[in-house]
Amino acid sequence: MSAGPPIRSRGPWELAFERLRRDRAAIASAVTIVFALVVALAAPLLAQLTGHSPIEQFTATGLSPTGIPVGPGREFWLGTDGLGRDVLVRIAYGTRISLLVGVLASALAVLIGAIVGIAAGWHGGAVDTFLSRFMDVVLSLPFLILALALAALVGPGLGVSIFLIAFFSWASVGRIVRSEARAIREREYVQAARALGAGSARIMFVEMLPVVSATVIVYATLLIPSSIAFEATLSFLGLGVPPPTPTWGNMLTDAMAYYKVAWWLLLFPGAALLGITYAFNVLGDSVRDALDPKHDQTIGAGRGGDA
Amino acid sequence: MTADALIQLRDVVKEFPVQSRAAFGGRSERLQAVAGVSLELRRGETLGLVGESGCGKSTLARCVVRLLQPSTGQILFDGQDISTASHAELAPYRRRMQMIFQDPYGSLNPRRRVGSIIGDPFAIHDVGPAGERRRKVQDLMALVGLNPEHYNRFPSDFSGGQRQRIGIARAIALRPELVVCDEPVSALDVSIQAQILNLLDELQGELGLTYLFISHDLAVVRHVSDRVAVMYLGRIVEIAPSEALYEQARHPYTRALLSAVPVFDPDETRTNASVELTGDPPSPLDPPRGCRFHPRCPRAQSRCAAEEPQLIPRAGDGPEHTTACHFPLVEGETMAIGAAPRMTP
Amino acid sequence: MIGFLLRRIAWGALVVWLVATLVFVVYFAVPRDVARLIAGRQASEETLAVVRARLGLDQPILVQYGRFLGRLSRGDLGESFITQEPVVSIVARDIPVSASLALGGAALWLLLGVGAGVVAATRPRSRTDRSITAAALFFYSMPTFLVGQLLLFFLFFQLYRAGFQLFPPGSYVPFTESPLQWARFLILPWLTIALVTGATYARLTRGAMLDALGEDYIRTARSKGLPEWRVVLLHALRSSLTPVVTQFGIDLGTLLGGAIVTEVVFGLPGLGREVVQAIIKQDLPVIIGVTILSSALVVAANLLVDVCQSLLDPRVRAN
Repeated sequence: MSAGPPIRSRGPWELAFERLRRDRAAIASAVTIVFALVVALAAPLLAQLTGHSPIEQFTATGLSPTGIPVGPGREFWLGTDGLGRDVLVRIAYGTRISLLVGVLASALAVLIGAIVGIAAGWHGGAVDTFLSRFMDVVLSLPFLILALALAALVGPGLGVSIFLIAFFSWASVGRIVRSEARAIREREYVQAARALGAGSARIMFVEMLPVVSATVIVYATLLIPSSIAFEATLSFLGLGVPPPTPTWGNMLTDAMAYYKVAWWLLLFPGAALLGITYAFNVLGDSVRDALDPKHDQTIGAGRGGDA
Repeated sequence: MTADALIQLRDVVKEFPVQSRAAFGGRSERLQAVAGVSLELRRGETLGLVGESGCGKSTLARCVVRLLQPSTGQILFDGQDISTASHAELAPYRRRMQMIFQDPYGSLNPRRRVGSIIGDPFAIHDVGPAGERRRKVQDLMALVGLNPEHYNRFPSDFSGGQRQRIGIARAIALRPELVVCDEPVSALDVSIQAQILNLLDELQGELGLTYLFISHDLAVVRHVSDRVAVMYLGRIVEIAPSEALYEQARHPYTRALLSAVPVFDPDETRTNASVELTGDPPSPLDPPRGCRFHPRCPRAQSRCAAEEPQLIPRAGDGPEHTTACHFPLVEGETMAIGAAPRMTP
Repeated sequence: MIGFLLRRIAWGALVVWLVATLVFVVYFAVPRDVARLIAGRQASEETLAVVRARLGLDQPILVQYGRFLGRLSRGDLGESFITQEPVVSIVARDIPVSASLALGGAALWLLLGVGAGVVAATRPRSRTDRSITAAALFFYSMPTFLVGQLLLFFLFFQLYRAGFQLFPPGSYVPFTESPLQWARFLILPWLTIALVTGATYARLTRGAMLDALGEDYIRTARSKGLPEWRVVLLHALRSSLTPVVTQFGIDLGTLLGGAIVTEVVFGLPGLGREVVQAIIKQDLPVIIGVTILSSALVVAANLLVDVCQSLLDPRVRAN
């Protein structure tokens, strides 16, 4: 038997990445997301190329003599909206908002959830009881109504949207992390760390965090599409990023009025929204399969009702 | 009480509250895992601690290294009382006593690299600059028989025996005086057990370690220990130098344990004829009165149910061999095979 | 059992109280000129003073809070700033709409969702399973309003252009007037809710069933010779239902309080649309009233679900 190449050791992260690489659905969704990112970054370029800015109203060329939006054509590749604005350019700029809010809100929610979850799980006792009850309360809040009300109160905007979405999302991450942290607390390697004299901070950060990070990453990926959808809903109802900034949500509000005469107003932003959320959801499922092939199938299968 | 005692336990008791299963109310009862243990651990020796599952030996081990705080009683480390010390006060002692765990798969964090795991003691106690730490870790790895180049690997890349070596390296990193070994070889294959035991033996010689060696396997304990203590239901029932225990066990429970050890040499005289204990091990929630062993003991008499025997030398033994039994076995006496207890509880 | 029930009721009451307090703090305690909101920007100082006195806005905040809680406990939710109509009567008018929407949608999503989930789980990795999983993910990804709009476009508008005005939006006919018309205006909204929520249930059911079907007791049931449909429906499904029932409680409670987005898209005069309009117009009593009601409904639904689950599984009670 020949010696062969030395067997390389592959840690759990490398193995997960290998699984992900071989998952075709994951590759496809990753490509879609990268495409969206490129569009978002190239939005100003697109505006220059077409000669239309996202907020400019082309009443002469963009609207028919009766004031109806014009359809896709040479001048406006994806048509115009009710005010004669270029739909393609607006969708491109809308991509920025969606990606920005989606990623930032998710990151914020996951950060807070992980910290609170680990703290509650490690300390146990009164701290755990208090934090758990707090999370239960946050989860019981009627989130869409309150988000709308708060946005209306404070004045809708980008930062407000990010903060609100993160606020209504972190508790579900926190609960999952907490139960994982509680299980980890009893493991022998944590006992060993205590026997060595490690303090709470070190154990939470050095022992627990690497172990919960797999779950945290999965949730981060899965929260992005729900954050994007949440932002779109807020915008649709008029309480997202205020006009004239284009968001897919407020473009679809316009579509409500014009869909009978201008199908492109509904289908193009709709396709963009669907495409991006679908891609992130597929990626999230693939990430979860890659990190933990034997996972409990019911976790992450539901979403907070926004009906 | 000898002058070179590294650890002294005085009447250590460890209780746990247990929620009763009643639908309403829910009285909390107390479970005494360790019910009054007094022991001495001398510098440089290996003290074996044996007993059935659930007798409290792991709990006792964790009290000694202060992973648990004793409910009552005293633990003296090198003459200093550490029974009620806080986490901060215990810091200097952590460097001097360490623990090796039973489960090679559970005692190492699967998401951390072994170099980092072994280097934990250095990081926690702030020893040396980072570059020097790496070298020290690699020296430790070599010392316990691992390849220092595997510094960056994960525990999943190692076998059970190798993982125990990692755990040992971690435990001896700061050159402790005392190492508590909680069933360190119970989860390993027999051939690997021998290797690990030899390693522990070498390290004891090289580093001048004192071991508290916990196991349920008497054959292993005989091989490694200078003295052996036998534990039953939270109490010590017999302590003796190793050979004295195996050749002249005085406590019926010890005899029963010894009789279960397979003997491979057909020429060896069977002083411990097979003894079957009748009855189930009682629950620690409701221990028997008097001598805790009396319901299962073939030699029990009325005195055993009424009066708890002290752990003192019996039947002419010297101070090194103490037994907690009113009717200890004497020279040449054997226990009847399959005897029913004379006392019904 | 009684203890369990009391604890859950107490906890529910606490949550409702917290939501009420939160809403109160947000709207009345945060320094802002509520009086000006009502009276309008051009109002003179005297008008503002009258308004303040009438609403008790010149009292210290704790007194206002006390009166607020007092009125709440008597069931008095105040009156709309805009129309002066008592909030309670507004709610009474809107509830049948939201309830019709919620209950019809719920029946449909349970059928679609659980059914699809079971079918997918019993044929893992088959084409059926993959199509169902993809479809579920498709609808799960979309925000509800988009589903509604697409349904409007394809099922209403396209049919309308072809000459069939089957499911027009924007109207509601009470069941008592005409069941047929009632259903007609609700079919697309029901479908919207059913597709979006059903997708969640399909995923949930499929996941739970896959977990259950892999368990040893299923293998035992099969080896005993039980027909497959019994194994699937009576054994595997029963144990899979726990997460589904939990989710159902939350969803139904939320929807009873108004399916906000669906009602807006289809122009249905329910609690959801009411509260959105109130938010935009800053009609505080309506906002507060509907928010508290919505929260109470979710709590009540969760309580019901917990009771049912504890009857089925005694371990829940011990928790």
